[in-house]
Amino acid sequence: MSACTLVSVSTVLGCHSCFRVDMFSKGTKRKFSDDGDEMSDDSLGGANVSSSYNLQRQSLLDMSLIKLQLCHMLVEPNLCRSVLIANTVRQIQEEMTHDGSWQAVTEAFCGGSQSPSERLVATEVLCRSREQDAEPKLFSVISYEGCREEEVVADETLCSVSVSDAASNVCLSESVSHCWETGELRVVESDDETSDGSRLGPGDDDDDDEVDEEEESASEDSKTMGQVFGTFEIKNGAPGPDSALEELFSDVDASYYDLDTMLTGIQSAPKMGPYDLLDSLSPSHGPPSLGSPSNCRSDLNELDHIMEIIVGS
Amino acid sequence: MLSPVLCSELSALEPEYTEADVISTVEFSQTGEFLATGDKGGRVVIFQREPQVRVVIFQREPQVRVVIFQREPQVRVVIFQREPQVRVVIFQREPQVRVVIFQREPQVRVVIFQREPQVRVVIFQREPQVRVVIFQREPQVRVVIFQREPQVRVVIFQREPQGEYNVYSTFQSHDPEFDYLKSLEIEEKINKIRWLPQLHSALFLLTTNDKTIKLWKVSERDKRPEGYNLKDEEGRVKDISKITSLQVPVLRPMDLLVEASPRRVFANAHAYHINSISINSDCETYLSADDLRINLWNLSITDRSFNIVDLKPDNMEDLNEVITVAEFHPHHCHLLAFSSSTGTTRLCDMRSRALCDQHAKLFEEAVDPGSRSFFSELISSVSDVKFSHSGRYLLTRDYLSAKVWDLNMEKKPVETYQVHDYLRTKLCTLYESDCIFDKFECAWNGTDSVIMTGAYNNFFRMFDRASRRDVTLEASREVCKRRAVLRPRRVCVGKERRDSDICVDNLDFRKKVLHTAWHPTDNIIAIAARNNLYIFQDRHSPNGHHAVHRIEQERPPELEDTPPQ
Repeated sequence: MSACTLVSVSTVLGCHSCFRVDMFSKGTKRKFSDDGDEMSDDSLGGANVSSSYNLQRQSLLDMSLIKLQLCHMLVEPNLCRSVLIANTVRQIQEEMTHDGSWQAVTEAFCGGSQSPSERLVATEVLCRSREQDAEPKLFSVISYEGCREEEVVADETLCSVSVSDAASNVCLSESVSHCWETGELRVVESDDETSDGSRLGPGDDDDDDEVDEEEESASEDSKTMGQVFGTFEIKNGAPGPDSALEELFSDVDASYYDLDTMLTGIQSAPKMGPYDLLDSLSPSHGPPSLGSPSNCRSDLNELDHIMEIIVGS
Repeated sequence: MLSPVLCSELSALEPEYTEADVISTVEFSQTGEFLATGDKGGRVVIFQREPQVRVVIFQREPQVRVVIFQREPQVRVVIFQREPQVRVVIFQREPQVRVVIFQREPQVRVVIFQREPQVRVVIFQREPQVRVVIFQREPQVRVVIFQREPQVRVVIFQREPQGEYNVYSTFQSHDPEFDYLKSLEIEEKINKIRWLPQLHSALFLLTTNDKTIKLWKVSERDKRPEGYNLKDEEGRVKDISKITSLQVPVLRPMDLLVEASPRRVFANAHAYHINSISINSDCETYLSADDLRINLWNLSITDRSFNIVDLKPDNMEDLNEVITVAEFHPHHCHLLAFSSSTGTTRLCDMRSRALCDQHAKLFEEAVDPGSRSFFSELISSVSDVKFSHSGRYLLTRDYLSAKVWDLNMEKKPVETYQVHDYLRTKLCTLYESDCIFDKFECAWNGTDSVIMTGAYNNFFRMFDRASRRDVTLEASREVCKRRAVLRPRRVCVGKERRDSDICVDNLDFRKKVLHTAWHPTDNIIAIAARNNLYIFQDRHSPNGHHAVHRIEQERPPELEDTPPQ
């Protein structure tokens, strides 16, 4: 099932200048353009190289994000591949944070350059968490969705559309790590981890105020659901749209949407989460020119349409 | 073993094949007599090397005897009729046809047998005397002792091993399943096959898909009881009133039948996809490894396994490392090695503690910080680990190289072989196409002097450790003809200068040799390319006893085709 998303980044790993080397061509030095730090020797065209490096890095990030999401699955995705991609994304994010380019991007969000209703949840989440932590929690949680030991996909996706099924809300109303843990309760017998039951509590201290305990039904708190897959969802701050959402999706047959669409899309009927985020992250380029996910785009166009209906109401 | 000759190419007969026919694992048995392949459709095909001693059992009652004689890929039938009639035996052994005229009156029969460049004469005398037939074929002498009393005669036929593998048995090992809890399919693709040492005539092998491991028994049946009292030959119940006498059922020979039956099913122990199984040197236990855990099993007990390695973090968000391969040491039953996606290989000692999360040794080569890139971790992920036959060395394969480690030195490998370093500048493209996640296997030869691994464009590479020479060869239909010596190939970065060169940009990344296997003692290798299985043997020393391995890099191509049959 699709990994909707990205690994949560904690930028405090202390990895500083490990990744400064241009990944694409050995030997080309990267230039520091913004901060006025050290300039390297060949300064001619320095800015160009730097921005091309940034572009390349950006496109690698985009590609990785898409890879994490587009795991078309009837079968569980390859965990090794997901982990490797997620680690790559983490590396890029760390480097971008160190560069300060990530900060710049998130500020752009909070600057409200686009109207809130079109913005991704990321804005509020990022802004809020930045205030709290002084380190942006850049992406929300985990892409190992498909590999969990857990319950029916359909249930979870349904829970995002406010089916009042308390058990199934567990996954999406908490951080995904909880999904893993709740899932383990249902793991077949030879797994000896009986302590899983006790791990239903919040895994992240930071997420305390965001985590919704499993007793609440999703319909109460789209905000929480939004935060879970924060980056990629439209957050409707107002409680109003919830009922609209419910109506809209109450008869959705979950099997119609594969998890891709559900997790990246319709939790609270967002529009194309990843694309929006990516687009706004890199203002210098338009639609991602990666070429591969054209079919994903058409699904998302549909969601677009749905979103407009909702937002309009 | 560096000038291989194709001896068999076994593949789906139609040029078009389905995804289910793609071979997903190849493994020689412990003696090398058998070769097993598993495919994505869950089937296992077992090949048997030509048996070296063939026994023909001969019954001298006046009945039709059928002797089935299998030599090379052709089946020869000798029909033997023991009434006083002329029997004609047609014996086809490439490339010539031999006719044996057999007369069963008490006369001398002459059998003229021509095989390859030698003529053999069989003198057959049908008086009740002992007949000796001396048979000379190639460099070996075979003796056939023929006794014409009404007794069972045994003809022992020895043919030097040609290294030909013929299909021995095929069975469906795993079926696709559907996990209803997760609404996910469980693929039937066979991930690994491992043979148990052969103790008697039956063969045992372990096969695994993503979730379930099965122990299969493959046995031959060549006799069948006949003469039941209550049933007739077709199995229908006889009319009791018609039975007037009793008979004792006797065992009569029948056509060889190879049966495979699952003896154990080890299920429900893995939450993640099983990537490897490895049988311990004690032959009683084995391990199975998935992405995050390694379990230890007893071959006889299916409802219990012990977890010996667990890499699952408490918080899955922290997950950044998975297990890629695990293997037991070939001699020490307490040692196992497992490799991870972060490029480390760990050696664990099960004696130190029950849960081996703490490694005894950690094999990791420090990456030069100056050459780090975003792909560094990706390409350092270890895709295969193999202990050497001696048990002293470890061979690891990561995306671009193969490294030989001395178990006593953890800091760096003793040897590093670049398999396809020309891909280093193409990592971004390979990442985009997901090729960077391909898991190539590697193999040692019987004496641990040569290592082999696969690459793209149906290439595979062999590295001679002593002479540091290497060769690149291609396994593909177009290039390989039977008995043809493979030409070494070369990948060049710029312009192609020779016929055997190919430019990096022209490589076909869809054609990958992921699965390779080397016979445990002889110089015979099995290469799987999509749905095709190629078996090569060394032209010079098929039995692997040469100390010196030569590379035929500069010789002009030698194609020793045999005419098509």
